[in-house]
Amino acid sequence: MEEIKTEKHKYGMVIDLDKCTGCGTCMVACASENNVTFRADESDKQRSIAWMQLYKINNGEKFPKNRTSYFPRPCMHCEEDGNGKKHSPCVSVCVSTATTLDESTGIVSQVYTRCVGCRYCQAACPYHARYFNWWDGYKYFKPFPDGMERSLSPEVSPRMRGVVEKCTFCHHRLMRAKDTAYAQGRREIEEEEYITACAEACPARAIVFGDLNNPDHKVSQLIKSPNAFRLLERLNTKPKVYYLSSKEWVRRLADNYLPGEPVSGLKG
Amino acid sequence: MDSALIPHNVNRCSTGKFLLWTSPWLALFAWGTVSALLCLALGLNQTNMSDIFVFALWIVFDLAVIALGAGAFFTGFLTYIIGRKELKDIIYPAVIIGFICYSGAMIMLGVADVGQPIRGWFIFWHANVHSMLVEVSFCITCYLTVLSIEYIPIILENRGLKKIRELDIFGHSLHHIMALFAAIGTFLSFFHQGSLGGMFGVMHARPFAAREGFYIWPWTFFLFIFSAIAAGPCFTILCTRLTETLGRKKLVPDTTIQLLAKISGWLLSIYLLLKIADTINWIYGVVPRAGQTFMDFYKQGPYGVWLLVCEIFVFGIIPAIILMTPKACKNNGWLITACLMNCTGIVINRFVFVILTLAIPVMPFDRFWSYTPSWQEWGVTFGIIAFGFLVFSVSYRYLPLFPREKELNEGKA
Repeated sequence: MEEIKTEKHKYGMVIDLDKCTGCGTCMVACASENNVTFRADESDKQRSIAWMQLYKINNGEKFPKNRTSYFPRPCMHCEEDGNGKKHSPCVSVCVSTATTLDESTGIVSQVYTRCVGCRYCQAACPYHARYFNWWDGYKYFKPFPDGMERSLSPEVSPRMRGVVEKCTFCHHRLMRAKDTAYAQGRREIEEEEYITACAEACPARAIVFGDLNNPDHKVSQLIKSPNAFRLLERLNTKPKVYYLSSKEWVRRLADNYLPGEPVSGLKG
Repeated sequence: MDSALIPHNVNRCSTGKFLLWTSPWLALFAWGTVSALLCLALGLNQTNMSDIFVFALWIVFDLAVIALGAGAFFTGFLTYIIGRKELKDIIYPAVIIGFICYSGAMIMLGVADVGQPIRGWFIFWHANVHSMLVEVSFCITCYLTVLSIEYIPIILENRGLKKIRELDIFGHSLHHIMALFAAIGTFLSFFHQGSLGGMFGVMHARPFAAREGFYIWPWTFFLFIFSAIAAGPCFTILCTRLTETLGRKKLVPDTTIQLLAKISGWLLSIYLLLKIADTINWIYGVVPRAGQTFMDFYKQGPYGVWLLVCEIFVFGIIPAIILMTPKACKNNGWLITACLMNCTGIVINRFVFVILTLAIPVMPFDRFWSYTPSWQEWGVTFGIIAFGFLVFSVSYRYLPLFPREKELNEGKA
């Protein structure tokens, strides 16, 4: 029998914080692409859903030394549970196997119809990348004005009340790209064929997406930069989202450091 | 009116007085029911939980009552497995308290606290064997079944039910195999008390809760077992003493209570030694590896080092010393104070593991959020407490819970 070898991909993202202007287009593109619900009053920031969250960070200095930077935060698609095992912190704790780490893509998925809504995964995630559906956005509250529900993407299932959701690296786009490649008789997809909505929408081109395992892809080259780092890297969760910043204070704010400890470059 | 159902040769208040006593609890229970129904109908937006405080009052309460309910399995273990026959005087109330705590926790977890209660069976059907919460769910479900089996023969001892021959024989047969269920209960309880602690210890990306451990079990696994068996008997003592005070009579011999208090005191001291060792190990291991210092965790909002001092010293070492001093245990005031302090310490421990773990941000640029429970959350919580009072009151009135009651109160009536 012929053995079919499938190449292992490791999809990841590089976000250049020096280029990010904090415009929030990534957040809007993400929400619209993925049918993220919203309410008429979105002032309760502890309960609003933003798969791509934008943090504003500050160096804490007084004028004129004060500096600000923006920190877009999608799901990190972690690889390890911090214990050397191939499970991200959320995957290993989920009670009903509703979230899994796809070994062939590196994407951490979320099966909404299997999630029981215990929220243990949210407790385990230090990035706050997971969101609970406190309201039944589509059934009762009708957040969309009349006719606007037609803008919903048919490729992404809307979520019911009481389940957890998160960034999927626009997994449906990967499916779409694979379908196209299959129809054209190809086994592999090209770099530009699968990119996330946030990467596509970013006007500053601060977000680059691709296969970290493929040396030809831009992301795998960018992560070799001395300015590359990951968020909370020392927790050993092995995120697939990398950041670039030439500023030391930004890198320092991306992880916890002991007093007097120098900011390290890329580890692992 | 209901005198035919009240056990022989014991004094119970009039039916009217009993109904008056139950009415506030029924009112609280009704509040709880309304709150739970609101959560079921409209969703968890009825609570003040958030994406930061994904576990809140209910989980703290659940963990606390499960720890306090440990008196049931541990007293069963001492009575039937170790063979301390004098504890038979208190085993029935211990079992009922355990049943109340576990069923209350199950109602709360299974009905109110999950986003999709109708999918509860997914935990068993699509079980992720790596998850500590799966172990908790399996063990708690099995143990609640065991507790129900242990409760049935007590119910069948009711005077009215005893007249039905078949039920009487069934009840007696169950009594004979109780040691087997006590053993199963002990095994299950050890595991889920541990898994509840393990749930927090395995969260490697949350340095406040994360712990190293032995094989797949983080140290919190063992600490939760010890703290539960140290506090559980004290809670059983408190419930018994409360019943004695309200019923104005003696129900359990002092020697039994003192034995339980002594065991509790020694276990508490062993637990505290382990807890102190674990805290030091955490301060010098997990914390610096995460790039943080001990004080980083105790400078946010109202949560200061005072919490740790309260947990270990005020509500740990002090009650342990009192409980281990035989002279102090003989004094009812000291005994009750120590038991109350012991139980408070365990509740603080569970509170710290649930709330502080979530409240303290891990990302340096993240902010500290606060949380206050909504009236619906308090409603469900008080509803469960009321449920406990109602079940215990009805059991006390109609079932011979305390075998020595008649003997201890002879000549009084």
